[in-house]
Order: sequence, then C-alpha cells, then structure tokens
Amino acid sequence: MIKHSFSCSPFSKVPLLLSLIFSQIGCTELRGTGDLGVIIEREPAAIQLINTSTNKSLSRITELGDLSHASIVYSRDARYAFIFGRDGGLTKIDLLQNKITQRIIQAGNSIGGAISQDGELIAVSNYTPGGVKIFSSDTLELIADIPALYGDNQLSKVVGLVDAPDQKFIFSLFDAGEIWVANLKNPTQVKIEKFKNIGKQPYDALLSPDGRYYIAGLFGDRGLALLDLWSPEQGVKRILPDYGKNDEKMPVYKMPHLEGWAMAGNLMFIPAVGQHEVLVVDQNTWQLVKRIPVIGQPVFVMARPDGRQIWVNFAFPDNAQVQVIDAKELQIVKSLTPGKAVLHMEFTPRGKNVWISARDDNQVIIYDTSSFKEISRLPANKPSGIFFSSRAHKMGL
Amino acid sequence: MSLFWPCNRHAQLLFSLSLLSTSSAFALDPSQNRQEELRNMLKHDCGSCHGLTLKGGLGPSLLAQDLVNKPDDYLLETIQNGRQGTAMPPWKPFITEQETRWFIQTLLR
Repeated sequence: MIKHSFSCSPFSKVPLLLSLIFSQIGCTELRGTGDLGVIIEREPAAIQLINTSTNKSLSRITELGDLSHASIVYSRDARYAFIFGRDGGLTKIDLLQNKITQRIIQAGNSIGGAISQDGELIAVSNYTPGGVKIFSSDTLELIADIPALYGDNQLSKVVGLVDAPDQKFIFSLFDAGEIWVANLKNPTQVKIEKFKNIGKQPYDALLSPDGRYYIAGLFGDRGLALLDLWSPEQGVKRILPDYGKNDEKMPVYKMPHLEGWAMAGNLMFIPAVGQHEVLVVDQNTWQLVKRIPVIGQPVFVMARPDGRQIWVNFAFPDNAQVQVIDAKELQIVKSLTPGKAVLHMEFTPRGKNVWISARDDNQVIIYDTSSFKEISRLPANKPSGIFFSSRAHKMGL
Repeated sequence: MSLFWPCNRHAQLLFSLSLLSTSSAFALDPSQNRQEELRNMLKHDCGSCHGLTLKGGLGPSLLAQDLVNKPDDYLLETIQNGRQGTAMPPWKPFITEQETRWFIQTLLR
C-alpha cells in the first residue's frame, strides 16, 4: 500500500486550502493495487485502468501507439504496469496516479515481454530487429541487447519470452527453431545457453507455475518442445510427437497462445494447433491422456486459479463462444456466448470472476465462474488483452 | 448524335470500356455493410498476424509500398487459397473471389 503525501507533485505549490481539497479526492487516500488491472483497447489505442472489487473502470490513458497484441507485466510492488506495444513501444504506467511515468520506442515491431525475478529488469521480445532487449524497470534505460542471430547472420523473430528462476529469461526463435536461456545475474555480461533444432517455427511458449518446465508450441512441426530447467543437460525433448499424425490439419486463422499453464493435479491442458480439440497431457509421463473436442480451434486455454475449471476461447470464425471444461470430469460443462470476437479472458485473483473481452461488441463481460451468470459489463473500444495486478507475483506471466 | 457520341473508333472503344468498367464496379462492389466487415477483418483478423497497422508481425507487411511487386492475381491466389508451407490459411470460406478483388484494389493498393 502506498500513502500519498501532500507533496504529490502537481499540487505541491497550491495554497493549503486547495491541497486539503485535493487531498480529500485522492491524494492522501490510502489505496492498495491488488485489485487493479488493465484492459487493452486496440482501437483507438488506449488502456483502461479497472478495479476488480467494484467492477468499475477508473480511467483511460491514451497515446500509447499501436496496442494490437499488447501485453503487460507488473512491477513486484504491483504499482506499475509495463505495456509492450506492437510498435516497439514500452510504457510504464503508475496505477496509483493513473498516468504514464515513462515511455520509449525500443524496436520496430515487438510481441511481448517479461520482468525478472528480482523485479529490476524488463525484457522485451522483438520481431524487428529480431532479438531481446533488456531495460531497467526503474528508468527504462537499455541494459543489454541480445540479437537473435542464427544461420548466415540472420535475425530471427523472438516469441515465447518468459522470466524464470535464478534471474533468467527464456525465449524461442521462430525462424531459427531454437530456445535460448539468458542468465542475467550479471546484466553487463549476459550468459546465453542455446538449444538448437528444437522443432520448426516455435510460435509461443509457457513456463510451468513452479518455474521448472519451459514448453514451446511448434507451428511447423508435430508436438511441443520441452525444456526441463532442473535438467538442462538433457536438452530439449519433443513431447506428443505423434499427436494428430493421421488427422488432416485444418487451416489456422489465429495462432494459439500458450500463456497460462492450465493445470489440475498432474494434468496439463493445451490448445491443439489446427484441430478443434484441447489436449490433456499427464505431466509425469508427458503422454496424451485425452483429446477433448471443442467447438473451434482453441486460442487461450486457461485454468481458473484453483485449477478446477479450464476456460477456452476460439479462433475466427468460432470466436463468439467460450467453453468451460471441468478438470475432474475432463469434459465441457458450459458453453457461453459472451459476444463477437472474444479475444482474452482473465480471472480475478482467486478465481471468483472472469473478465472476457469481446472485441467486435466493444464490451468486457464479467462472469461469476461458479454460477456462469453474467454479473456486469463495461464498454471498451475493441478490447483485447486483460491483465490483473495479481500477475505481479507469478512466474512466467 | 455525332456531337455527343465519339466517332473515332478508338475513342468509341475506350468510351464503351469505361462505361463497362464503371457499371461493373457498381455491380461487383460489396454492400456498405460488407465493406465495413471486410475492413474490420483486415485490421483485426488479418491484423492478428500481419499487425493492426499491417506493417507485419509473424506474417509479412501488407503495406501498399511492400506489395507493389505482388500482382493482383498472386494476392488473390494467396488470400483465397493460402500459402503452403507458411501459416497463411485459405480465406475462401469467408470471402468470395469478387470480394477479394475489391479487397485487394481498395484496401491493399
């Protein structure tokens, strides 16, 4: 919790009476950030700061460049949000003061970012120029530059960037088919361990909540690439290599995301590429346990924080719907139609509610996850990603 | 008559051609609603790989300046049937050939 004093900047020189008035409307009001969050609006590009206790929008911040496919990480005190824009913009937002504190353009085309274990470093994965750049979370000054060089001096697009224990960042090279582990213990001397030939076109990746497994989805190959960070000497293994071998792969109208490790007990739930299925994998054996048929190609497959429910949204043209899988029965227990072009879902910290963005309806719809009843909705301009501050304390998000 | 009708054969041909193309443009253009849908599709669905501003993402840039060397028929084929060996899917189920021609002329050039 942060206490604002009278010195909070714009009002420091106004007469005492005025500062007293301002203090009444927020300056000295104590407020935590644990129930705050951000909704990305794609067009016109903006963010809304929201409160998940009141289900209200607090403010809108504009002039943030191209926010298509934007994502967010939070500082370890959950006060600041770092927004990664598609146009290479990196913006630091103060949730308590509803304002931009710093903003830089760090590349031409970027796809996501992560914050280090100690909270001091922000890493951004870029398509152009292909690579990862590391910044100070305090000042946004460049600290290290890691070009994703491969082959004949080419630069690869970088995807699936996550933070990992021991001050590491892990990411995948889409064009090179490699996974790199960057050790930032000494940021002036970055150590990189490269895993080559991990499979064709890794398109996204995830980290298990305990920080042990890094798994990259492969667009150009069967199965997924698994790196056990407890045994890196064993290299990257292919899991589910035979999955879908005899099925005709359908065209993919939106790349699935692997963010959010959907787990219940030993089971892991992942979107099948080019299939109308969610795959259930046993984490002890890495064998396929079940293929759960769903109504479209899954994009996000996300577990409620307790793991009992798995919520799934879909690629065009089945993107008006959301389906919920019961993690015990391994079958669909609910189908909802939140609105046109559902892009993202985010659970409130302990999972009571889920917020769902419906891009083409310009709405964010809030459901109670136990009754599946709609409890509120907020207008938003072409909403996409929704990110709550509880991410501040989770690895790999 | 001759005052209003071009008598030179060449001019006549041009005139009838222009009549033809004007009228066919009217006949083939998608409805206003459909045009809006297609614009939205370009920005947000194509945009999910090519970027909302079309300057590229996992897929290449679709900015007019980057498509100058790509003939209409190449783009038509790519949009309708996708490109083997890449992530580009066929959009034939969702956009007709005529709509695709309008799409290329109006939105990509």
